[in-house]
Amino acid sequence: MGRDLSYAGVMGRRNDIMLKAVGIDYRSYATGVLAFDYEALMREAGDIAEVRRIQRETHVGDTPLWELGNITRLVRALAPPGKGARVFLKDEAANPSGSFKARRAALSVYHAARKGYPGVSAATSGNYGAAVASQAAMRRVGCIIIQEVFDSRGIGQPEIVEKGRACEAYGAEVVQLTVGPELFYVFLVTLEETGYFNASLYTPYSVAGIETLGYELAEQMVAREGRPPDVVVVTHAGGGNVTGTARGLRKAGATAAQVVGVSVDLTGLHMASDRDFNRKSFTTGHTGFGIPFATWPDRADVPRNAARSLRYLDRLVLVTQGEVFYVTELLAQLEGLERGPAGNTSLAAAIVLAQELDRDKIVVVQETEYTGAGKHPWAQLTFSRRNGIAVERGDPAGNAPGRRIVLPRDPEQLRVKEFPLDNVRRSYLRNALNQAGDRRLLPEDYRFLADDTRLDEDRVRSFLKEVAASEAN
Amino acid sequence: MSEKARPGDWVQIHRVVLPPGERAPQVPQDTQAVPLEMRVKGFALDAAGLGETARIRTTTGRELEGRLVGIWPAPGHDFGEPVPELLTIGGEVRARLAEGEGDPDNG
Repeated sequence: MGRDLSYAGVMGRRNDIMLKAVGIDYRSYATGVLAFDYEALMREAGDIAEVRRIQRETHVGDTPLWELGNITRLVRALAPPGKGARVFLKDEAANPSGSFKARRAALSVYHAARKGYPGVSAATSGNYGAAVASQAAMRRVGCIIIQEVFDSRGIGQPEIVEKGRACEAYGAEVVQLTVGPELFYVFLVTLEETGYFNASLYTPYSVAGIETLGYELAEQMVAREGRPPDVVVVTHAGGGNVTGTARGLRKAGATAAQVVGVSVDLTGLHMASDRDFNRKSFTTGHTGFGIPFATWPDRADVPRNAARSLRYLDRLVLVTQGEVFYVTELLAQLEGLERGPAGNTSLAAAIVLAQELDRDKIVVVQETEYTGAGKHPWAQLTFSRRNGIAVERGDPAGNAPGRRIVLPRDPEQLRVKEFPLDNVRRSYLRNALNQAGDRRLLPEDYRFLADDTRLDEDRVRSFLKEVAASEAN
Repeated sequence: MSEKARPGDWVQIHRVVLPPGERAPQVPQDTQAVPLEMRVKGFALDAAGLGETARIRTTTGRELEGRLVGIWPAPGHDFGEPVPELLTIGGEVRARLAEGEGDPDNG
């Protein structure tokens, strides 16, 4: 008799499939009902010198750090007298597959090859697919990328179609699906059938791979300006970018650098909706991933997520789709760098944040991504119009996800919307209580929740009481 | 495009993975009402016409079967059309910087 391939049957085997496909026994890191030893788990990936060595074997990292002179001039023209920090950019598009995701893929594929897996697989509709495919090509292992691409009309999101093409260019097999979280089911079936390694975005390998980004940029800034940056602005989706960058900054001694996460505001669009799917112009870096993953990281495709953004975020802000398209134009036309658009989410916020700071301060935008057919402002806005979405110039406050994209009329209209971290923490703790269920939390759990939320234990207890009381009502 | 694939042609197959009614419980209503579909490309193993059942070998060596929906399929994506709302932004901000030249506070 064959395997039970029903949805329920496969999901019931998920823990066994994952254990084989990641090669990490997550149960051995558990220290409480919810708690686990996060730093011990991260040590699976080795120290930063080892990570850099592995990445250099496959052309990853050592990307340039540019000062954006014209953008800084624009920032100062907009800022109050005496204000307007210098803006720098780490050109991560210079990585082999055109984005920082090469850093995340490098270690996973290295360890998969070293442990003798015949190939690697990842469930991703983003740049990560091409990154895994490119690394797999260099390490000569098989690669299957599973994407969510089409709506039920068979119409593909152009950005994701392009990413699938890039995967194929590196020799990967691409499984293209219509909308739905059952992508995970297909992923499990594929892992079970092939015995491939799960190159998840959320393993210690993936997150440690990004530490080199934070580490490098701190090193480069010290070499250039004699000190680390004051603010590092990071596009925030699943949490790995924030987590890895912040950890790398700390390891390089840049402990005072403020880490600001930025997501595109897609409030109101349901991520699993067939109808909403092609009404978004950004397929990553948005609140549809950013908020759920910050409020409960362990919703990932591995038992414990190594990307835990609440531990590292100093501030979280939102920008609109229209603002990101606008700054994508600024980057091309003022700095001669045609990049993005989705990777420019943090640039949109940096232009605003730099106006708040004194002129001697330094703001770093820590990534770019390649641009191309499909993942380009013209391609995305043409697609939006075809899907009935209005595109216009005006006040970005008029952006309405899925209905209207408003490009600012003037650069003064760029702004950020604060997303209070205490709201994220409250949701996180509500999710933690639900997860614990009837089980009584241990002292180790309170310590873990404090670390995971950057609160002290007393505040965790009082937040938990508030949350429990509001649940009871 | 030919209506019939020959063995060795680069083709695309289609399969329904989960029909409506068997979708995950947490999926919203509009998605519940449609199947989860899969498309994969590879080299055709047999001759088959569009709409017929075909077998492929993928680049990882897997053999998969499904309905033939594409023969030498093109990706289909492009750079879209010129977007009037974007075209003027560069000129506007360059003019802004030119205005600020010579301003001692801007340098």
